[in-house]
Amino acid sequence: MNVVVPVKLVPDLVEELEIAPSGVELDTTFGRLVLNEFDEHALEQALLLKERSGATVTVLAAGPEGAEEVLYSAAAKGADRLVRIGADLPRPANSHALARLFGAAIREMAPDLVLIGVQAHDSLDGPIGPMLAEGLGMPYVGYVSGVTLADGCCTVRKEYPGGMTAEVEVDLPAVLGIQAAEQPPRYVAISKVRQAMKEATIEQRTAAEPDASGAAAVSRMYKPETGQRAIMIEGDIEAVASGLVDIFREQGLL
Amino acid sequence: MGNEIFLVVEHLRGQLRELSYTLAAAARAASRSGEDRVTAALLGHGAEHLADELDVDQVLYVDHPALAEFTSDAYRPVLVGLIEAHRPRAVLFGDTTIGADVAGGISARLGLPLVSGCLALWQEGAQIQYLCKVYAGKILVEGELPGPTALVTMIPGAYRPEQGRAAHPAEVKSVSAPTLEKLRVRLKGYVEPEVGDVDITREPILISVGRGIQRQDNIELAQELADALAGTVCASRPVVDHGWLPTSRLVGKSGKMVKPKLYLALGISGAPEHMEGMSESELIIGVNTDPSAPIFGIARFGVGVDVLDLLPVLSEKVRAAKAG
Repeated sequence: MNVVVPVKLVPDLVEELEIAPSGVELDTTFGRLVLNEFDEHALEQALLLKERSGATVTVLAAGPEGAEEVLYSAAAKGADRLVRIGADLPRPANSHALARLFGAAIREMAPDLVLIGVQAHDSLDGPIGPMLAEGLGMPYVGYVSGVTLADGCCTVRKEYPGGMTAEVEVDLPAVLGIQAAEQPPRYVAISKVRQAMKEATIEQRTAAEPDASGAAAVSRMYKPETGQRAIMIEGDIEAVASGLVDIFREQGLL
Repeated sequence: MGNEIFLVVEHLRGQLRELSYTLAAAARAASRSGEDRVTAALLGHGAEHLADELDVDQVLYVDHPALAEFTSDAYRPVLVGLIEAHRPRAVLFGDTTIGADVAGGISARLGLPLVSGCLALWQEGAQIQYLCKVYAGKILVEGELPGPTALVTMIPGAYRPEQGRAAHPAEVKSVSAPTLEKLRVRLKGYVEPEVGDVDITREPILISVGRGIQRQDNIELAQELADALAGTVCASRPVVDHGWLPTSRLVGKSGKMVKPKLYLALGISGAPEHMEGMSESELIIGVNTDPSAPIFGIARFGVGVDVLDLLPVLSEKVRAAKAG
């Protein structure tokens, strides 16, 4: 069983996002990039499948510098093979371009299963998974939160609104969009990542600048005026707590 | 000749999903009255009249046993056929477990642009403009809807479902289904949500915890406040994914839709997937150290302190107020 996990880095939302002077993209000069949290779940699901059925897990990353750290971290968690595609990625991050870039690399790997995060918060042109599946000629099922392997197919738990799920059988090879792994993504000690940096090798691939067509042009990017709606209760903890109690009382909630 | 705007009807177990009405309202907003045509694509089996209350100009109905319930492998070729035959100006999908599963594949197959997480569409000059949420709702983007046919996945929030309802059914035109054989995705069945100890959709006071609660041990702090207020603890996605609270307590896109008297959002930033489940609450109060958290965009009151500092003090004050 050959499982490939393509991952991408996204701006860390813990930090304040700044819009570039152009007004149509983020200023990424200083912002930190982190692994897309849904890709982290996809990696965890792949590692769970490896533990259960002895799969080989290949992690594939494209683009910026931080990609190597993400790959070494994946190796420390148990990934078997690391591949990095170095390419001048178009800005802003574009799913169509990444789907073509990943697709070309994954086709050679002849995987049984491709696990990818169901979404990423920076994708204006949609999630990568369905496009990747179409390019590879594989079926796609997204919003997946559980995978069981069988002979030539797998059974997945697909999420629906209201907490309902569906049991869906998918022929292999397939691309699955992972919403959540069956258990929270594992932590890995920094010491193990350092060890992986010494021991693991990253296969470097080069690629031409990918075709980025399929996304919409942005004419204006801005922050929602959040402060306009909420009346902020100011003061120290005591004052704020008293203010909330007053509101609860006024609303007849006490 | 005017534009044609398509919407892909969503239904589940014989019931039209409310989002379909929102899509109809968005399609109207993107079209010029009297000039453009709004068409609903309804894929189903024995479901010809499912879209009768949708405010559209016509329904294209494709019937096939494999279309009775959604699967990406059956929907995609049918929609590809309809889009190729009609060349609409835009095709609106839900940004859901149904729409988002097929829109990207169709985009790749037909080489058509895709715009996702779209909140609103409108006419400006001779063009259609889009407004989308990106970066978990922290940033908004606008632009011209690309041509020739833009595929759009819509999130709720800008249109009320009532806006997409009509008193009289539109004409239903049957379209024959393509050959749907050797489907690689098969629905085996639906699994009802686990029955929790409480039904959070019926609780008037919800104390909701998000990433800002930091550790499982801290849920207890929220529970103490809930006990004091006679409320119930619920959560956003990261808390449930960590296994700190059961799925029955999840609010949002893949969890429950709630409309309590009080929704106290503790350490929840307000990603679109979460807002979908609680934006209709009577009174929303957001507590978050990040002043740019989108939750403050829909909350009536906001507090910019750390939830872990606030909770013990607030619980004590609520208990004192009740006792006093």
